[in-house]
Amino acid sequence: MATQHSRSAARFMMAPAVILLLGWMLIPLTMTLIFSFKKYLPLRGGDLGWVGFDNYVRFVSSSAFWPSVQTTLIIVGGVLLITIIFGVLLSILLDQPMWGQGIVRILVIAPFFVMPTVSALVWKNMFMDPVNGLFAHLWKAFGAQPIEWLSDLSLFSIILIVSWQWLPFATLILLTAIQSLDSEQLEAAEMDGAPPLSRFAFIILPHLSRAITIVVLIQTIFLLAIFAEIFVTTSGAFGTRTLTYLIYQRVLESQNVGLGSAGGVYAIILANIVAIFLMRIVGKNLDT
Amino acid sequence: MARSVTTRRKTINTLAAWAIGLLIFFPILWTILTSFKTEAQAINDPPLFFFFDWTLENYAVVQERSNYMRYLWNSVIIAGGSTVLGLIIAVPAAWSMAFVPSKRTKDILMWMLSTKMLPAVGVLYPIYLVFIELGLLDTRVGLTIVLMLINLPIIVWMLYTYFKEIPGEILEAARMDGATLKEEILYILTPMAIPGIASTLLLNIILAWNEAFWTLNLTAAKAAPLTAFIASYSSPEGLFYAKLSAASTMAIAPILILGWFSQKQLVRGLTFGAVK
Repeated sequence: MATQHSRSAARFMMAPAVILLLGWMLIPLTMTLIFSFKKYLPLRGGDLGWVGFDNYVRFVSSSAFWPSVQTTLIIVGGVLLITIIFGVLLSILLDQPMWGQGIVRILVIAPFFVMPTVSALVWKNMFMDPVNGLFAHLWKAFGAQPIEWLSDLSLFSIILIVSWQWLPFATLILLTAIQSLDSEQLEAAEMDGAPPLSRFAFIILPHLSRAITIVVLIQTIFLLAIFAEIFVTTSGAFGTRTLTYLIYQRVLESQNVGLGSAGGVYAIILANIVAIFLMRIVGKNLDT
Repeated sequence: MARSVTTRRKTINTLAAWAIGLLIFFPILWTILTSFKTEAQAINDPPLFFFFDWTLENYAVVQERSNYMRYLWNSVIIAGGSTVLGLIIAVPAAWSMAFVPSKRTKDILMWMLSTKMLPAVGVLYPIYLVFIELGLLDTRVGLTIVLMLINLPIIVWMLYTYFKEIPGEILEAARMDGATLKEEILYILTPMAIPGIASTLLLNIILAWNEAFWTLNLTAAKAAPLTAFIASYSSPEGLFYAKLSAASTMAIAPILILGWFSQKQLVRGLTFGAVK
């Protein structure tokens, strides 16, 4: 039974974490909000006063805005599609009896532990380079013209790299979920003569639906923020400028802090829309 | 009745799984192999797989030219430091939320989670400005603090889900037997909490080691960890595949090894306990 005494002790123990996170959230957020209503050019005159919603309007009406939204959606959507489809298939395969299951699992999960700058550079140079890359060698071996991956198929290439990084995450979580499936249910269905495809559609998939939702939400939050992969491969060129990258360029490269901050506020709102759904699911789980 | 599995089916499963596993792992394998080649062999067409003159030269060159050890050391300090600091702050918080829950505990947990969702780019300039003001730009201290803060919600959450699983009856029983608070913490709670704390430590080191937004944007020459060091290879001169591979292999090897130990914790940590 919690006493008054232990309650105040608990509050005291919680205080450092709460205060730090509160500061970490409120201070920068307030600054971003303030900057977003100002004309603020650190290298060209500094703080030039309040401009109302000017930055918000200009950020959205700039010619780079809609393409960046489109790019973001294509990358996030493409990676989600690939990782979920292959993640489900792979987790079902890995759940089957086989020899060396532990080792295969390690092989599949490994890409998740590779730092983003390494995976982006290894793919960019050693695989996608149009002269010396492995893909170029492969294409030439079949007498085909090597592809300029990161300029001609830039979006596809980025999706490929990012999917490679996130497939392990989806697979691992879906595999964990599949292993909690009651195998007697599957056996019963099998004995009743349900073909594999209906067993998949009516037993496995419904069982996985919650895990899939969680994977989608968590990945979306991380994918909306991908940065290093674009930074070291195309630096936003060839139509790979995402919303995150556009804001980064406005703030640090062109040092237009007011405009970038307005973009930042949009990004925060977007992330929060996704976050609300995720938090609902996580919160429900907390009660049980 | 257990499902009987024919050897034939098991063989097919094994072959398919190994083929896909190796395909997914191939880029890492290729990087490791290339790191032992000469630069000319690294771009040889047709590609060389195992039959080439293995050399350790690249590893020596990477260290010599770029002082690799300094970046490695920065990574160790920043990832390790932010994790330890995070644990010191999070253990008491998670502890009190798990054992002395109040009506607001759930709200506080959810709010902490929401801070993790804040897109970094939205607060890039304010943090940049604060760092300049406080002289923290390109320092290990500054980066350690930022990485601690971005991962603090995950640390609190993971610890909370682990602590929640420690049965309260054990504490009551110990109290009945006359254990003092100190004995209770030292002999009963700590041994039960250590596996959870260790898992949290492991996952968090991995996350901090690989973090590549703040480490790229808040460091230059002095405090740059391995993520930023590798990024400097994006505009190299001359042949560099073998050297890039050697540097990459050294940067990912420690985390690959740690990662293999933490598969299970990864799921719990990254789904905030929603999938176990």
